[in-house]
Amino acid sequence: MPPKRVDPLQFLTSSTVAIVAGKGGVGKTTVTAVLARAAIRRGLRVLVIELDGKPALSRLLPDVEVLQLSATAALAEYLDTHGLSLVTKRLVSSGIIDVVATASPGIDDIVVLGKIRQLEQSGRYDLVLVDGPAAGHAITLLMSAKSMRTTMRSGPINAQAADAAAMLADPTRCQVILVTLPETTPMNEAVETAFALEDRVGVHLGPIVVNGVDAGPALPADAAPVGSPLRVAAEFRNTRRLLHEAACRDLGDMLALPQIVLSHVPGARLDTASVEALADELDPR
Amino acid sequence: MTTLAAHLAAAEVVICCGSGGVGKTTTAAALGLEAARSGRRAVVITIDPAKRLADALGVPGGLGNDPLRLDVPGNGELWALMLDTATTFDGLVRSNAADAEQAERILANGFYRNVAGSLSGTQEYMAAERLHALHLDPRFDLVIVDTPPTRSALDFLDAPGTISRFIDHPLFKLLMMPTRRGLKVLNIATQPLLRTIGKVVGGDVLADAVAFFQAFAGMETGFRSRAEDVMALLHSDVTRFVLVASPREDTIEEARYFAKRLHQTDLEVAAIVVNRCTPEFGEPPAKRPKPAAQAVLYDNLVELRANAATERHQAAALLSTTGVPRDVHTTWVPTLPGDVHTLAALATIRTLLFG
Repeated sequence: MPPKRVDPLQFLTSSTVAIVAGKGGVGKTTVTAVLARAAIRRGLRVLVIELDGKPALSRLLPDVEVLQLSATAALAEYLDTHGLSLVTKRLVSSGIIDVVATASPGIDDIVVLGKIRQLEQSGRYDLVLVDGPAAGHAITLLMSAKSMRTTMRSGPINAQAADAAAMLADPTRCQVILVTLPETTPMNEAVETAFALEDRVGVHLGPIVVNGVDAGPALPADAAPVGSPLRVAAEFRNTRRLLHEAACRDLGDMLALPQIVLSHVPGARLDTASVEALADELDPR
Repeated sequence: MTTLAAHLAAAEVVICCGSGGVGKTTTAAALGLEAARSGRRAVVITIDPAKRLADALGVPGGLGNDPLRLDVPGNGELWALMLDTATTFDGLVRSNAADAEQAERILANGFYRNVAGSLSGTQEYMAAERLHALHLDPRFDLVIVDTPPTRSALDFLDAPGTISRFIDHPLFKLLMMPTRRGLKVLNIATQPLLRTIGKVVGGDVLADAVAFFQAFAGMETGFRSRAEDVMALLHSDVTRFVLVASPREDTIEEARYFAKRLHQTDLEVAAIVVNRCTPEFGEPPAKRPKPAAQAVLYDNLVELRANAATERHQAAALLSTTGVPRDVHTTWVPTLPGDVHTLAALATIRTLLFG
């Protein structure tokens, strides 16, 4: 089935929080930068949150507010504001905070979601874009709201989890934007993640982004002699384009989500100009 | 013999590290194929939850914790396994416990069951433990490790004192007060810090943790000497580290991190593999052809060559900032148009890597 055309303003304003998720190497950071750029152009007040501390987005989005959010920092801040300020410093400096996080699986995820929710509620942003964790962890992160409510039946963590769960369940407040590549393995993983997120988390899925697509017409490869550089290059391009086209089609069959297709950007280093060019694809000027 | 092959011919342990999505698993499997082809008996350990090695090696039922022999060409052998952290940890506990009773007490403990496996560093430590055991296994003369795609993948490189993450874990230190007669478990009720932690994580979790460390007492020595053996192996001249990246800034950024991490531990990168490069197709004709169809092909070739040149130039510049010496052998592997999930595709990758 042909993918539906996506209206960028419609989906970028349909929820305040948008979590960009996908497995490592699919270009989550690229997609986050492009979505942020498109939102800025439409006049939205945008906050970008980077999890997992690999700062790259401030370079790509020099004029956008970018917040680095680490689970440890969020947990320390949480303990600090919940009457445990005296021990927080020692917990952090001794490394015991990691044990608190591990001994009580999900607690760090909950405080990260809590922090995102707090920023959502602040009223300062029209769009809070989260450059999310890898696909496997995205499910754990988003599941944490549900699982914490069953393991901790009362207390501050339970309240925090309930608030986070309410945010996740409300499509006008939060959506997940999955990112994948036009290749079999990442696509299958994206489909699995999509089903897991819908069934187990109940979070609203926004459009799925297929990144790094080489689209274009078939080249007349047989106009050049077999084995010549012209011919081999054309055959490579044709094979890749056919595979990418088939991948987008298969993805549309497997997942009834609107698709955003972003072009393959040549070179090793993404720059602000390529982010602008990709934003043009998403939302032509 | 190419430089990469020469580098790896003398190795008994090869550790592939790099970020996710760069074809690290594929590279590990291709190194295994090459070893088997040259008559060696190689085993590949993967920790990849996505089971991609099984896909790449064409194992329909998937891989388990025990090595499985694969049907590959050559005089040698290729085996593969998927590390099961919990099973490996259980085995380590059994072999270090004073008696079966101590082992059972630990294995049945709630903290051990729920938490031990997910404490930071446990998976990496178990990978190192497994690597050591397989290195001693007479069935194999080469062990290839496909590390998990996280920054903690090299945590087992920490000094022998901290490799056994448990004994040196802050919680263990907090709970077990060293005394002249050995280790003693502190009383939680008298410790304000522990009471606070108990409030946050729940008292049951903490009580289980204390019981776990009590049961663990006496086993540290065994764990520690084992950790030192592992360290010695990693630092010996039979072990080689291969950095895997793709021609993209984020993956080279990760390579830089790993290179630095190795260097801090007095280890060096033996070789770099850059996967998924835009292929080279050869020179275009001197002039753009007149016929429309051929002109289109000419433009395509020129575009792809320009892309490849930009990519190579930028990637090489980024690689030069990783701190890896320039004379370290770098193999640029062209991308295949499709996924690598068959033995045939893997054989193509092997050819691209080794010729």
